Amino acid sequence: MAMSHRRMMFGTRASALAGALLLAWSAGAAAQTTYVRGNDGDPETLDQHKTSTVVEARILRDLYEGLVIDDASAKVTPGVAESWTVSDDGTVYTFTLREDAQWSNGEPVTADDFVYSLRRIMTPATGAKYANILYPILNAEAVNTGETAPEELGVKAVDDKTLEITLASPTPYLLELLTHQTALPVYPPAVEEFGADFVSPEHIVTNGPFRLVSFAPNDRLVAEKSETFHDADSVKIDRVVFLPIEDRATCVRRFEAGEVHSCHDLPSEQIASLRERLGDQLHIAPYLGTYYYALNPTRGALGDVNVRQALSMAIDRDFLAEEIFSGTMLPAYALVPPGISNYVEDGPQLPYANTSMLDREDEAIAMMTEAGYGPDNPITLELAYNNSENHRNAATAIADMWAPLGVNVTFNARDLPAHYAMLRDEKNFDVARAGWIGDYSDPQNFLFLNISDNDGFNYGQYDNPEYDALMDEAASEGDLDKRATLLAEAEALFLRDLPQVPLLFYSSTSLVSPKVEGWVDNVRHVHPTRFLSLSE
Amino acid sequence: MLRYAVRRLLGAIPTLFVIITLAFFLMRVAPGGPFDQERTLEPTVMANLNKAFHLDRPLYEQYAVYLGNLLRGDLGPSFVYRDFSVGELLGAGLPISMLLGACALLLALLVGGTLGIIAALKQNSTVDYLVIAVATFGITVPNFVVAPVLSLVFGVWLGILPAGGWEGAHPAYMLLPVITLALPQIAIVARLIRGAMLEALRSDHVRTARAYGLPARLVVIVHSLRGAALPVISYLGPAAAALLTGSVVVETIFGIPGIGRYFVQGALNRDYTLVMGTVVIVAVFVVLFNLAVDLLYAAIDPRVRYD
Repeated sequence: MAMSHRRMMFGTRASALAGALLLAWSAGAAAQTTYVRGNDGDPETLDQHKTSTVVEARILRDLYEGLVIDDASAKVTPGVAESWTVSDDGTVYTFTLREDAQWSNGEPVTADDFVYSLRRIMTPATGAKYANILYPILNAEAVNTGETAPEELGVKAVDDKTLEITLASPTPYLLELLTHQTALPVYPPAVEEFGADFVSPEHIVTNGPFRLVSFAPNDRLVAEKSETFHDADSVKIDRVVFLPIEDRATCVRRFEAGEVHSCHDLPSEQIASLRERLGDQLHIAPYLGTYYYALNPTRGALGDVNVRQALSMAIDRDFLAEEIFSGTMLPAYALVPPGISNYVEDGPQLPYANTSMLDREDEAIAMMTEAGYGPDNPITLELAYNNSENHRNAATAIADMWAPLGVNVTFNARDLPAHYAMLRDEKNFDVARAGWIGDYSDPQNFLFLNISDNDGFNYGQYDNPEYDALMDEAASEGDLDKRATLLAEAEALFLRDLPQVPLLFYSSTSLVSPKVEGWVDNVRHVHPTRFLSLSE
Repeated sequence: MLRYAVRRLLGAIPTLFVIITLAFFLMRVAPGGPFDQERTLEPTVMANLNKAFHLDRPLYEQYAVYLGNLLRGDLGPSFVYRDFSVGELLGAGLPISMLLGACALLLALLVGGTLGIIAALKQNSTVDYLVIAVATFGITVPNFVVAPVLSLVFGVWLGILPAGGWEGAHPAYMLLPVITLALPQIAIVARLIRGAMLEALRSDHVRTARAYGLPARLVVIVHSLRGAALPVISYLGPAAAALLTGSVVVETIFGIPGIGRYFVQGALNRDYTLVMGTVVIVAVFVVLFNLAVDLLYAAIDPRVRYD
């Protein structure tokens, strides 16, 4: 059992000592501001190329700075790149890096660092979970599948401070992609010297507003303001402590006890009482995410689009949003959530979005009757969901809403890995719960789920050449308005054929202490610590 | 006795081997894998990951590699917490879980033992009924109720103790988790001691001791308690193994970085190596504590001899 010096630290005696030191330190250094941030769990890794979750994104956003970053309201803002130009055909981005960008060891951040980093995430041996998010870069997929050498990736350092990224086709959301943690740079010498262990506190070299001090799994991650950061003067918080609090109710209690300054992802059964008790410390904001049910078209009645529409029509989304999810979700009649960038003004919606529930139920029953089903000739559907109280409650409510249509529902609850493995491999379900949180603010990030050859996500097994053609056309369209129209046409097709039934749009829920200033609710639910401050 | 202990330990090796083998293959029977999440992975990416973790090799080969590494004390890398090996994760958390468990065990013995003796000596009195009532309460109210209530009352409403968290072995942060862990044990120990004491007080050797006119205190402590300790010890063997390896509920609710959470997290995440690691630890603890129980039996009960 090879245990490095760092991790030996977590032994009881050592941590007792550390605890004593910490107490002594906090008594002596009251002037320092420490932001205690509740995070939903432990990061799976601090290696930006292996990450995929928001838990890691929150930490890495503080430790590193990408070419472009999200500001307090999640708008794309210059980061290490102070400016950039785009070629007329939209396929070549040339970034000019700021002169004063530095690593935490004082070395300058160069274009070569980004070349190294982007090649690293695409190299198959890295085992990057989410490499495909950067597939728009020329040859990225070929490199990631091992067909091409990493040197062929469309990324080039023109000089120390000029980086050129070439794309396979115009990608209007490229800058959005570059704000994702997978596009953050690594410090090449550290990776070369320490391999996978470059993330440990004694080896890690970062270029962001904070630098890593310690990371004890299941316990806490501590970062301190980095003095080498080019904008260090504007960073108001000296120290940020991320606590991995998996139990949502625990975070709420610790927030109320004044031990934690902010919490995410609150327990929905507590929302009403939190609203009453804590008033505007409770933040509920629209989030780029959709909660939906996939329908399996290979299963008898579900092959009939009228049956699919009738099932959708009979679902009272207001009830789900208000009663099951306590107002933390919004009714959804489309796949692409509102507030997304690069889209048409009013995206397509299901036609019955504004029809009253009573009328909808009557029409749904009529459509089912016409399709040959009803209480006299009922159908039985197996509804699969990943086990959680909210999903179970929603499924039970929906089964009840379908009963008048002559639909008997049986349930199949699996734990999360089993559920998603089933969706991906056996597709052994009639109706299955799924959800998608956008990684970047662009409708493509939702509509690509239903492309016919998207084996991983196309749970409704949608296979419409017209849809695929529109998506292809949009992918090579440089004009943003035209592209938005194409994507909206694709979504309209999706809503007509309804291979998956949109139910709800997600909201983000947070508790934010009145001491925290600069918190701006936004659709990406992004709140970099560098833009926050703490009052006494 | 030493010979017996060594023989028992050697005998445990095949048991451990069977447990490890069963756990290894059962884990793989569960549908889904460590890289199945809400966000399904691209097939190419999945292939890269499976390769990186050697999951693309035949199962028997993975098993052989795992066993080989285990013999060298290497529990392998965590599939989900990729910056750490399983040895590092468990090495960091186990001392904390053990510390909490040991404190809870001690508290349970002291409080539960005292209550049990008092109840037995004053059988059918108000005190006795009170102890039985408290014990029944302690057993029936689950820790996932006790933990949040304690945290809410002392951490949020009264604000005199932290609602959660861990600062080294700082007593303020240990108090509520230890009480939560100890409560059901106090109840069980109290009931066991009470029952065993009642029986012991009526036994021949105690009656004889009394007849000889030995002081009451001596009769209770030396003669009755000695016999009454046996059922408690046989209960405490497996109970201690469970307590010392952490409680998922208590650690999650109080935010304690022990290993209790890994049992559930590991299984839910299909973090194969982490699950195996926890299985190995629990198995070893159970073997050791069962042995300890048997040895203690011999030390306490003159009728038991291992030669």
